[in-house]
Amino acid sequence: MIESTLKSVVWSVQEYTIYTWRAVLCLFSPPVYWTDTLVQADTIGAGSALIVALTGFFLGAVLALESDSLLAGFGATGYMGRFVGMTLLIELGPVLTGIIVAGRNASTMASELGSMVVTEQVDAMSSLGVDPVRKLVTPRLVATMVTLPLLTLVADAFGLVGGGWISIVRLNIPWHKYLTDAYATAGWPDVIEGLIKPVVFAFILASDGCFYGMRTTGGAEGVSRSTIQAVVTSSVLILFADFLISRIMIQLFP
Amino acid sequence: MGLAAEIPIPAQCAQATLHRPQMARCAILILFRDFEAGSSSRQDPANPMPSNTIDRTAKDIVFTVQEYSLFAWRALVNLFTPPRYWPDFLVQADIVGVGSAAIVLLSGFFTGGVLALQSSATLAQFGATAVTGRFVSITMIRELGPVLTGIMVAGRNASSMASELGSMVVTEQIDAMRALGVDPMRKLVTPRIASTIIMLMFLTIVADACGIFGGAAVTVFMNGQDATQYFSEAYEFLHYPDIIQGMVKPLFSGYIIASIGCFYGMRTTGGTEGVGRSTIQAVVTASVLIIFVDFLLTQILLTLFPPL
Amino acid sequence: MSDASFLSPARCPEPSDGTPPVVCFSNVYISFLGPAVLADLSFTVAPQETRILLGPAGVGKSVLLKLAMGLLRPSHGSIRLLGNEVTAMTEEELFPLRARTGMVFQESALFDSLSVRDNVAYQLIQARVPDEEIDQRVREALRFVELERTFDMFPGDLSGGMKRRVAIARALIRQPELILYDSPTGGLDPVTSTTIIELVMKQRDVYRTPSIMVTHRVQDAFMLCTHRFDTGVGHMVPLPKGETDPNTTFLMLDQGRMIFDGSLHELLHTEDPFVREFLE
Repeated sequence: MIESTLKSVVWSVQEYTIYTWRAVLCLFSPPVYWTDTLVQADTIGAGSALIVALTGFFLGAVLALESDSLLAGFGATGYMGRFVGMTLLIELGPVLTGIIVAGRNASTMASELGSMVVTEQVDAMSSLGVDPVRKLVTPRLVATMVTLPLLTLVADAFGLVGGGWISIVRLNIPWHKYLTDAYATAGWPDVIEGLIKPVVFAFILASDGCFYGMRTTGGAEGVSRSTIQAVVTSSVLILFADFLISRIMIQLFP
Repeated sequence: MGLAAEIPIPAQCAQATLHRPQMARCAILILFRDFEAGSSSRQDPANPMPSNTIDRTAKDIVFTVQEYSLFAWRALVNLFTPPRYWPDFLVQADIVGVGSAAIVLLSGFFTGGVLALQSSATLAQFGATAVTGRFVSITMIRELGPVLTGIMVAGRNASSMASELGSMVVTEQIDAMRALGVDPMRKLVTPRIASTIIMLMFLTIVADACGIFGGAAVTVFMNGQDATQYFSEAYEFLHYPDIIQGMVKPLFSGYIIASIGCFYGMRTTGGTEGVGRSTIQAVVTASVLIIFVDFLLTQILLTLFPPL
Repeated sequence: MSDASFLSPARCPEPSDGTPPVVCFSNVYISFLGPAVLADLSFTVAPQETRILLGPAGVGKSVLLKLAMGLLRPSHGSIRLLGNEVTAMTEEELFPLRARTGMVFQESALFDSLSVRDNVAYQLIQARVPDEEIDQRVREALRFVELERTFDMFPGDLSGGMKRRVAIARALIRQPELILYDSPTGGLDPVTSTTIIELVMKQRDVYRTPSIMVTHRVQDAFMLCTHRFDTGVGHMVPLPKGETDPNTTFLMLDQGRMIFDGSLHELLHTEDPFVREFLE
């Protein structure tokens, strides 16, 4: 029982690795389907911009609210801009954007590809001489890796605005003090961390979504199962990767 | 849902010689017809009408919100009148609670770990690494525990509710249930809402605990600090307002997750593709709403229980 | 459409001769975003009567059945079901009324998370009937549709025809006062269709429950008229030549309007060009 579960886990990981590797290799040999990549970038980027902006805004606002009471405990109320800015930039901006986009797009990818698999459209594509990995997976992977950092920036920016709104309205901190505080403390390592994370998260969520989509079996029910697995796995993996990257960055830039 | 039947507007309505009651009825019919036509245009891809004008989108949103409010209200009221379906409640509680325990546990652990890592790096600049425990436990319990658990469970369960109910709608199983004399609202929706509200609170507690242990693991094994100090900091500086905030939030998030998941499931149209669409809409809407309501609740609770 | 009836909607007549119709539609309209799907529809189903609703695909035959059960609401008009005005009832009030009727859906609509036993027993379980009695009655119902061996199976394991038969068993289990069949033979091969028609006939001739059967297959409709179920031999036998079942009559829909209402004899001798074309 345990043995078979373990075997199937190892088997999934192995399959996932081989398959992702193939998708990445496809980028470096023609043909690369740029049109599909653009279409995907539009669905992922433009499609998610609104919800990412909204979540970013309220996230920033909550951070400002919480930081007020939290920092007061340490006698450090003056550091609010810094707290909001840094937390958004290196931690919550990337993670929440990643998880929200995973909920929206990893699931879309899994259900799209999944229903193509169960209706044999993917097989049909292969029989017409088009590599489904090259045509379907690689564009999604690339598009997500390009757009997610941009979406994260949107979330960060709206988060700053949200935090600023609270700090002005509720905490009476002048906005220029808040902004200089938020800006001044962010060093290059923080910016790098804040931009590396979304690239990695994008890789995780796109490859996960496509992977679960492509190995769908069992009709319409199978498609919804893959969809949910894709969301869950990519969210947990994003949190795990976030931990690893934070650890490495602290090591590199103490 | 399927109730959006358009009313045939009688030719008489075009005449100027109507009595007052007739006129009123005509006006209501025409208004209602236009309203419904506008609100349903998005659900019907084959509809040749030009859609997405601003007023139509606005109507659309208002109508959806109105429909959702009625839906969520009915589901809640059903809790207080028989018949109640307890076995279904237990099954759902098992699916939501036990089924999500593993991912909530994992995500809680890593979140706590990251919190400890980042905060101790920042706190080191002030020479205050000793307060890591306090920082982790307060942040976890007040904010990240409820929000992250909510979003994780939304990704897993709002989506599965929407896809389950959605495929029941498109295969006429919901109609069959109504035809057999069973109210799908009571049988399917209310147990899901009640069980999610209760289980999400427990899941949040699990996430909080795992987060604090994750933070402890990092603090002790990676940063080489003292475990006793970490835990006493984590425990001592927790006050009732923190706990209240941490326990009230999941109640609302649970309600959002289940009602949004069921709502989008029950209004699914358009076959298997429609089910996929509902699933994704449910996850997205639930996640955004959770963060929005988290903000509102933080605001309200901070006013009610000012920080000590 | 009749404007006079809009301002003072017609009602189904109150019963005068002591035997009220089981179902009565009076000037019913319904439309979904566009032209009326059903317009000015009036007909009745008498006790013990089997009405066969003919018509090409997409003329609102399924909508008519859902209207009868209150699953959809008409835009206006009056519908009486078992003596109750369906259009005036709330959803909550409708549930007990629906429980007195049975409906077989087009794609069977079995609950795929439940076993065949639980599907068939659905109403009994809701009514908290003891388990032993449920088992016994489910076996009886499954025996009626000749599918006893599927007792523990799941809908996913059944073929299309078997699902249809289980759906019939589910609709029949509480001996409803009216049965609605929504294209019970749709999408089935001819041999399986005959089995289903035989079941409909068996139900008609054994329990004498009034019913409405929607179909677009003329041969199924004719078979129901010209055969009867012989309980002695356990299958259907043809009626003597020239004889038809007196209680089985026809309705025909085209583009949302009722274009025919009468017996098989009248149907075969009608002058309506559309009906003639459809029959050929």
